[in-house]
Amino acid sequence: MADLRIDFAGIKSPNPFWLASAPPTNSGYQVQRAFEAGWGGAVWKTLGDPILNVSSRFAAVSFNGQKVAGFNNIELITDRPLEVNLKEIYETKKRFPDHVIIASLMVEPQQEKWHEIVKRVEDVGVDGLELNFGCPHGMAERGMGAASGQVPELVEKQTYWAKEVAQTPVIVKLTPNITDITVTAEAAVRGGADAVSMINTINSLAGVDIDSWNTVPHVAGKGAHGGYCGPAVKPIALNMVAECARNPHVNVPISGMGGVSNWENAVEFMLMGATGVQVCTAAMHHGFRIVEDMIDGLNNYLDDKGIASVMDIVGKTVTNYSDWGNLDLNYKVVAQINNDVCINCNKCHIACEDTSHQCIDMLKDDQGRDILKVREDDCVGCNLCSIVCPVDGAIDMVELKSELPPMTWNERQAAIGAAGNCSIPTIK
Amino acid sequence: MSEQRLMLTVEDLEKQFQEAHPGLTNREATEEANRCLYCYDAPCITACPTSIDIPRFIKKIASGNMKGSAKTIMSANPVGASCSRVCPTEELCEGACVLNHSTKPIMIGDLQRYATDWAMKNEQVLFKAGQKNGKTVAIVGGGPAGLSAARELALIGYDVTIYEAEKEAGGLNTYGIVSFRLPQRVSFWEVDQVKSLDVKIKTNTRIGVDVPVSELLANYDAVVLAIGMSSVPNLGIEGEELEGVHDAIEFVKATKSGQLTEEYIGKNVVVIGAGNTAIDGATCSVRLGAENVKILYRRTLAEMTAYDFEYEFAKQDGVEFRWLTAPKRIIGDEHGKVQAIECIKMELGEPSEDGRRRPIAVEGSEFTLEVDAVIKAIGQTRYVDLIEQFGLEHDGGVVKVNMEDFTTSNEKVFACGDVIFGKGQGEAMVVTAAEQGKQTAYALHQKVLGGVKEETA
Repeated sequence: MADLRIDFAGIKSPNPFWLASAPPTNSGYQVQRAFEAGWGGAVWKTLGDPILNVSSRFAAVSFNGQKVAGFNNIELITDRPLEVNLKEIYETKKRFPDHVIIASLMVEPQQEKWHEIVKRVEDVGVDGLELNFGCPHGMAERGMGAASGQVPELVEKQTYWAKEVAQTPVIVKLTPNITDITVTAEAAVRGGADAVSMINTINSLAGVDIDSWNTVPHVAGKGAHGGYCGPAVKPIALNMVAECARNPHVNVPISGMGGVSNWENAVEFMLMGATGVQVCTAAMHHGFRIVEDMIDGLNNYLDDKGIASVMDIVGKTVTNYSDWGNLDLNYKVVAQINNDVCINCNKCHIACEDTSHQCIDMLKDDQGRDILKVREDDCVGCNLCSIVCPVDGAIDMVELKSELPPMTWNERQAAIGAAGNCSIPTIK
Repeated sequence: MSEQRLMLTVEDLEKQFQEAHPGLTNREATEEANRCLYCYDAPCITACPTSIDIPRFIKKIASGNMKGSAKTIMSANPVGASCSRVCPTEELCEGACVLNHSTKPIMIGDLQRYATDWAMKNEQVLFKAGQKNGKTVAIVGGGPAGLSAARELALIGYDVTIYEAEKEAGGLNTYGIVSFRLPQRVSFWEVDQVKSLDVKIKTNTRIGVDVPVSELLANYDAVVLAIGMSSVPNLGIEGEELEGVHDAIEFVKATKSGQLTEEYIGKNVVVIGAGNTAIDGATCSVRLGAENVKILYRRTLAEMTAYDFEYEFAKQDGVEFRWLTAPKRIIGDEHGKVQAIECIKMELGEPSEDGRRRPIAVEGSEFTLEVDAVIKAIGQTRYVDLIEQFGLEHDGGVVKVNMEDFTTSNEKVFACGDVIFGKGQGEAMVVTAAEQGKQTAYALHQKVLGGVKEETA
C-alpha cells in the first residue's frame, strides 16, 4: 500500500483527490457525502456576495455518441447566504477533521472586502483559501473572476490583500482565458501566493440547436458564454500546468485540474508538476463514487512501480518538457505495420495518402493477401497512422538510429551564427 | 402446452406474424454506427452483391443524415429495405467486416434496416425520374429483379411498364417471405418508390394469358423477363392429391393474403425439404398454432440448403428436424383428408454430379407419422410455357443468358432474377436478383441507346 497522502503548501490531505469548487461542493450535505466516498478534500463552492442564477445552466458536448466529452456551464458562485455556508463548513470540518476543506472566495477587488471575507471563513476552521480569479462568465462582467484574473496587477494586488490577513495557505486559481498563463501565475507569486491552481473553465458556447436556432444552453431563447471543462480540455490544462511547473518564477505548488477523469489523468498531472488534482466534471457525470477507483488505481500504479509515496512522482516529467527549439532534429521514428495483427481497414493508408506524406502502400503478398507497407524513406514519423489505427499493436513507431549526432534548432542556429560567413556546408 | 395452443385466437396468431425482431433503437443505432471503423476500400462493399457503400451509409447514420443514409442504400439496391431483413448478412457484408478479426462485426443489416425504416416512417421519396428519352420497356414480373431493372431504367429516362400477374407487385418479397421476417409493408414501400418514378405497374396481368407475348414484343423497344419461378413440383408419391397437402410457396402466400386461418391450431404438420422455403413453411405452421412441426429431409444437416440463421430460427420456434428421412406415401382418411405419412429412412451413398452424396433408401425401414398436413418444399418448377412463348433458349426452364449483359436468344429480350437461376447459372438471393436487375438495365440502355444518359437534376 503506497502512501497517498500529500502535503500541498503545508495543507495535509489523505489523498491527492479534491473536488473542485463547483456544483458538487455547494453544500455541507454534498461535501460530507464526498468525504464518505473517499475524496481527500473539497474546495467549497465559491463564497461571496449572494448572486442570482438562471435556468437552464449546463450543457455538454457529445462526441461520436459518447456523452460529456466536454461540459459547459453558466452557473455563478454560491447562491446561498454566507452564514449558511460558513455554518455548514464548520459542521463538516468538525465531522471530518482529517479531510481538507478549502474556501473558494470571490469579492470585488477592494482591500477591505478581501480582509473581511478571509477573516470570516478562517474563523470557521478552513484549511486554506482559494482565490477565484478564473470564473469566466457572469461574475467577470462585474469585474470579478476572470476579469480580474486577466490583469496581472489585479492578481498580484488582490493576492497581497488576502495574504495580509490570511492565517492559512492562499491558493490563487488562474484563468486559462489568457495568452500566457505564466504571466498571471508569476503575478500571484509576487503577491505572496502559497500555491496556484489551474485551470478554471475556458470561455465557451456548447452548441447551437440546428432546428430551433437557439444557443445551447439557452435562457428563454437567449444565450451567453459559459465555462468549458471536462475531458476535452485536459490537454489544454496539462500544458498550462506544465508551463507553470517549468517556470522558475512560479516556485509554488500547483493544484492541477481540467478534465481529470481517472487516476491515470491524475498521474499525468502530477508527473507534469501538480502536487494534487481537483475534479468536477467526472463527479458530475458519475457521482462521488468514482473516487474509489481513482484511489485504488493510483495505489496499484505506485505499488507496481515500487514507488512508496505519491509525492515522489510530483514533477518527474517537467524536465522532459521544453521549447520546440530544444528538440533533436536528428531523431527519427518511422511507422512499421504488423500485417499479422492488421485487420486491413486501410485507415492508415487513406489518412497518410490524403493528409500526410503518402508513404503507406496497399499491396498483395505472395499469397495474394492484402497487406499494407510503409515506405520508410518517405515516412516522416508523424504518428498519424498509428493514431487512426483501431487495433492495438498493428502499427509500431520505431526509432531509426541516426547517423548524425543530436542537433536542436537552437544549436543549429547558434552554429550557423558562429560559422559566420563561412560558406562550407557543414550543417544540413 | 397443447391446451394453451388450442385456446389460440386469430388475434394471437396475428401477433405471432408480427415482425420477429423489433429493430434497433435510436441509441443502439448511434452506438453501432459509431463503432464502424469507416474503412477505406471496405471489404463489406465488395461482399455486397449490389455494392452498397456501407461505410458511407453508416457514417450518415452517425451524423444524423438519415435521408442521405437511406438514399445511399436504396440507390445501390432498389430493394434495400427488404434485403436488410432477408440477406444472409453473415455470409455477405457482415462476414467481410474487418472487425471479425478484432472484436465483433458491425450489425450492418440492422443498421440498413434502421435507415430504410426511417425513410419509410417519414414517407420519403428518394428518387426522381430521369428526363424521358422516348424509349419504352416492358418488364414481365414485378419481383426484386423486375423492380430493380424498372427503377434504374426510369432513372435513366425510359418509359417503363411492369406486368405483374399477382394482385400486388413485389414478388417473393410481397408473397413468398414470411411476414415475421419481412412484413408486406416493406415490400410495398419499395414498390411505391419505383412507382414514384412514373413506372406503370399493371397488376393482375399475366403475360401469355391476359396479354399475348407478341403484343409486348411489338409494342416495346425492349422486354425484360423477370418472372422468377413457379410452384413447388410434385413429390411423385401416392396421396399427393389429398386435402391437406400444400405447396410451401402457396402456403406462405396464404399467410400474407387476408386473414390468418385457425385450421392448424393444435395440428401436426410435416414439411418435406430443407431449404429456406421449407423453413418458412415450418415456422409459419408453428405460428399458425400447430402442435408439432417436423421437417423431413432425405439428406443431413450438412447438405441442407437453408441458411444457418434460418435453421437456428426454426429450431428456436420448436421445429423438429428429421434427417435422412424421405416420404414414401401420404395416407388419407375416408373423407380424402391427410391422416398420416409413411416415411423411409435413408443413408448417404456416393456423391452425384452436383457433388452432394446421393441418398439411398434403407430397405425395410418404413415408419408412419400421424399428420394433419403435409407441406411440400422441394424446390420450384419453371414457367416453361411462357419462356417458350417468348421463343427463348432455355435449359429445363432456366433461360439461357449471356451473364455479361443478360441478353437472351432474342436480342430484344433480357432476362434476370430467378428465371435465369439454376443449372450452375446465377444465384437465388433477393440481393442478387436486385443486382441483376440493375445490370440488366445498364446493358439494355447500352443496347438501345448506346449508354448515353441525359443529365438530370
